[in-house]
Amino acid sequence: MGSRASRLLREEEIEEIKKETGFSHSQITRLYSRFTSLDKGENGTLSREDFQRIPELAINPLGDRIINAFFPEGEDQVNFRGFMRTLAHFRPIEDNEKNKNPSATEPLNSRTNKLLFAFRLYDLDRDDKISRDELLQVLRMMVGVNISDEQLGSIADRTIQEADTNGDSCISFNEFIKASFVVNIHICTVVLVLVNI
Amino acid sequence: MAASWGFILFLCVLLMVCRGLSLAGVDPDQTLSSSGQVKIRNPQIDNAMSSNHGTTGEGGHAVEHITTLPIVSWKWHHVTTPYLVALWILVSWLCKLVIEANHHVTSVIPESALLICFGFILGGMIWAADKVQTFTLTPTVFFLYLLPQVILDAGYHMPNKLFFTNLGGILVHAVIGTCWNAASLGLSLWGCQMGGAMGDLDIGLLQYLLFGSLMAAVDPVAVIAVFEQVHVNDVLFIMVFGESLLNDGVTVVLFNVFDAFVSLGGPKIDAAEIIKGIVSFFVVAFGGSLVGLGFGLLISLLTRCTKNIQIIEPGFIFVLGYLSYLTAEMLSLSAILSIVFCGMCCQKYVRANMDENSVQTVRYAMKAFANGSETIIFVFLGISAIDKVIWVWNTGFILLTLLFVLVYRFIGVFFLTWILNRFRLVPLEFVDQVIMSYGGLRGAVAYGLAVMLDENKIKEKNLMVCTTLIVVYFTVILQGITMKPLVMWLKVKRAAVTEVSLLEKLTNKMFNHTLVAIEDISGQIGHNYMRSKWKYFEENWMSWILMKPSARKKQDQLLDVFHQLNLKDAMEYVTEGERRGSLEFVRNENSIIDFKKKSESESFDINNANISNDHGVMSNTSRDPIPSVSLEMHEQTMKAVREAEAINAHHLLDQHLYKSRKQHRHRFSRSHFDINRDEKEVQEIFQRTMRNRLESFTSAKMGVKPPKTIVKHTQKEQQQKMPNGKSMDKAKTSYSGDEGSEGDSASGYDQSYMRATYRAGAGIENPAFMPDLDPMDLLQIPPWLAESELDSSMVALSHRAQVGLPRTPSNLRRLAPLRISTRSTDSFTLENIPDTQQMDSDQLPPPPPPRPPRDDGYV
Repeated sequence: MGSRASRLLREEEIEEIKKETGFSHSQITRLYSRFTSLDKGENGTLSREDFQRIPELAINPLGDRIINAFFPEGEDQVNFRGFMRTLAHFRPIEDNEKNKNPSATEPLNSRTNKLLFAFRLYDLDRDDKISRDELLQVLRMMVGVNISDEQLGSIADRTIQEADTNGDSCISFNEFIKASFVVNIHICTVVLVLVNI
Repeated sequence: MAASWGFILFLCVLLMVCRGLSLAGVDPDQTLSSSGQVKIRNPQIDNAMSSNHGTTGEGGHAVEHITTLPIVSWKWHHVTTPYLVALWILVSWLCKLVIEANHHVTSVIPESALLICFGFILGGMIWAADKVQTFTLTPTVFFLYLLPQVILDAGYHMPNKLFFTNLGGILVHAVIGTCWNAASLGLSLWGCQMGGAMGDLDIGLLQYLLFGSLMAAVDPVAVIAVFEQVHVNDVLFIMVFGESLLNDGVTVVLFNVFDAFVSLGGPKIDAAEIIKGIVSFFVVAFGGSLVGLGFGLLISLLTRCTKNIQIIEPGFIFVLGYLSYLTAEMLSLSAILSIVFCGMCCQKYVRANMDENSVQTVRYAMKAFANGSETIIFVFLGISAIDKVIWVWNTGFILLTLLFVLVYRFIGVFFLTWILNRFRLVPLEFVDQVIMSYGGLRGAVAYGLAVMLDENKIKEKNLMVCTTLIVVYFTVILQGITMKPLVMWLKVKRAAVTEVSLLEKLTNKMFNHTLVAIEDISGQIGHNYMRSKWKYFEENWMSWILMKPSARKKQDQLLDVFHQLNLKDAMEYVTEGERRGSLEFVRNENSIIDFKKKSESESFDINNANISNDHGVMSNTSRDPIPSVSLEMHEQTMKAVREAEAINAHHLLDQHLYKSRKQHRHRFSRSHFDINRDEKEVQEIFQRTMRNRLESFTSAKMGVKPPKTIVKHTQKEQQQKMPNGKSMDKAKTSYSGDEGSEGDSASGYDQSYMRATYRAGAGIENPAFMPDLDPMDLLQIPPWLAESELDSSMVALSHRAQVGLPRTPSNLRRLAPLRISTRSTDSFTLENIPDTQQMDSDQLPPPPPPRPPRDDGYV
């Protein structure tokens, strides 16, 4: 691995990212150094392979889905801005932030956006609906092998049945939000345990 | 039932003990009573004197006139000391047995508090029998015989990575916090006395400061005992735990300095003395740590060459660890720091060098010693209280001490954290600070130091001992009991979840996984300059010197390399497929069959056994047959049935959803092994991920989506694949040990930490110990065979896939199933099977093959 002179981030870039994502200055520089250390190609962008090199992701059942979530539709590379934008979903929700600029678009770390992120993890074909198949795929990823396909199928059916209000056998994002009312959004914030010695 | 039985047993033992005691107490011939106060329970003196004692006893016996040959003789003196020691250990452990049998009690009151209460009872009994407290915890016993193993255990199982990342905060709290506690307590008490709040006490300022310094330290034993039962986040835990370990150095120095000052007397203290005191602090702390590091390195070096004496190799760690403690003590350095660093330093290399069985032995023995002596410490803390001599009541002094200890702890923690938070990227929250302050438990260390005070120099020693005891009881019992509700309450305020729907359950779980992934992606722990330097040094020098060559090799397999190879394989594989104009082989779902097979054979038993810990009651219901028929949507059937099914579905999910890594992350615990028992789960996931990547790569290459049809296999073929599935597992296994240790975040520390996490029980690194090793396994094509095929120029065209494929043994093994299935679907390679199998059994020595030299090209 060795040390490598990391390209410096320009101040104005940091400012922009700060405004967009809400990360603090030190967090941004810290994440930037992480970004460059992941960037084995040293071209300022990350590819899927770069992500896949993180060993822990290989043992995360959703690892590859999450990697995909970093990439905009149809692209193979993500730059630092995009990287930060995705990470920003996981910042804690701050109450005062909303009051600051109510007119502006919703911050990335809002409840809705967090849920949207999760929704996208289900919704592979991006038709804004979770179909039974998609749900089944996620379930398959997340449960052990001891559940048979039939059992899984019945779970999927029941899940949809619970959440589906308009009877189209799919879960739309609205239905998803409604059904996830109790989802503990506070858990959904990564406390980035970035500690400097 | 069990509880009552335990209690009866306990009473019996008590009776026995009392009898033993009265025997001992009545005995006028107490050799140990020379020190004025009778302290039988003193193995140190005991052990030192036992030979002495034994000989005199025997000598006396021999002098007696023997009139006739005694068939049996009563030789109580001969065995008194060891007998009592053993008996007391037994009694203490029985206390623990009784306590643990009543689980509903321990869930409310921490074990340590209960043990102290048992100590009260026992002490009362002894006192009733003897009218004098025969058994108390003496400093020598405590510091030389009971404490070392507890601390060694803490050091050896310390999550190094976590510790070092928070080292700054820990040090600030340990050093400055402790000094602050000592000074503020001493000064305020002195001020109160000046103000006349405590009546007439013969205590000077220096003595107050001495008292303050012994009260200052947070006790590691008490802290671990309480925090173990309260689940707090890792950072908070390591802050409190690390602080409690490190502040010993400070306490010992402060204690020694003030002790010396008290002896010198006020007027003689000048600037020079104070500077000397400060210098001695650094010498004691760093000296102790260095001694520990030295011994740690020695252990690591020794374990390199203990292959031939595997039976006793675990012993080295204990003996050398203890020696490091004693050496530091001998040099009047900080013994606790020494043994902590000894354990932390050697853990990684010991685990790498020693045989798997020895590593397990060390772990178990370590826990047994630590847990056992912790139990004894608490029981004796209780017993020591029942003693008329030490109880000198001074309401003002005692209450004020209690108050100041608590208040200054809060002030200190909040102030220091406030400063720290300005430098930390993620500040410690308010809640964390409250818990940290509240977790400042005092324990046996303070008591031990208090008893060590010199009565001649400090007139009010007994008052101090008594106050220390009260503070200890207050913190351990009261704060211990309230800690859990407090944490719960604070947590509850933040997040209360009741999952209602399946989707919520699923989504919550999903978020958990996602968070773990995001943490991994964002690196979680700083990737800073120091760390990468250290890792470089560690890899190039430390491991070289301290690890066996074989162990080193194991760690060499970087996942990175693995991944590259994997991709390369995939690429060549696809080219091969293109040439044949078929991607059939990629699509076959052998692993699903494999999974199914597995689930059939294992049924639910294992899984349930694991999970029943988490969902105690639920696991019963889950054994009920689970409806395996799809529900008809919107069907109005009987409501009851549907509810039952809903419950089943919930339970099914509860039990079978993969745990996110956080839930079984390694955490120090004295009484439990927190190793990841879900090894299989990790393997499964890893296997799936890799297969998916291979597939998605393939499909990307071909520009088509992988078709969803599953190639059907005949029963026979399934059987054939069985061994392959196993082999896949095995190859995976050898990785799962390593991938954790790779710790992408470029730190040397994480290695041992992660290894502990992922390397569960038996034979992970050593496939030969895999419990389910199947004889069929031999049928797989071993990697080295592929190489030899290559070398012996037996390569036919149809073998291209094989040749092109694997580069490392594990890599090859991982891909083996794919290849074999290729054979089964594409018949043209079929004729080679017998060949390879034949060769397999002929030429192959079962042990793992040498790594092919070609590897280097990719590394």
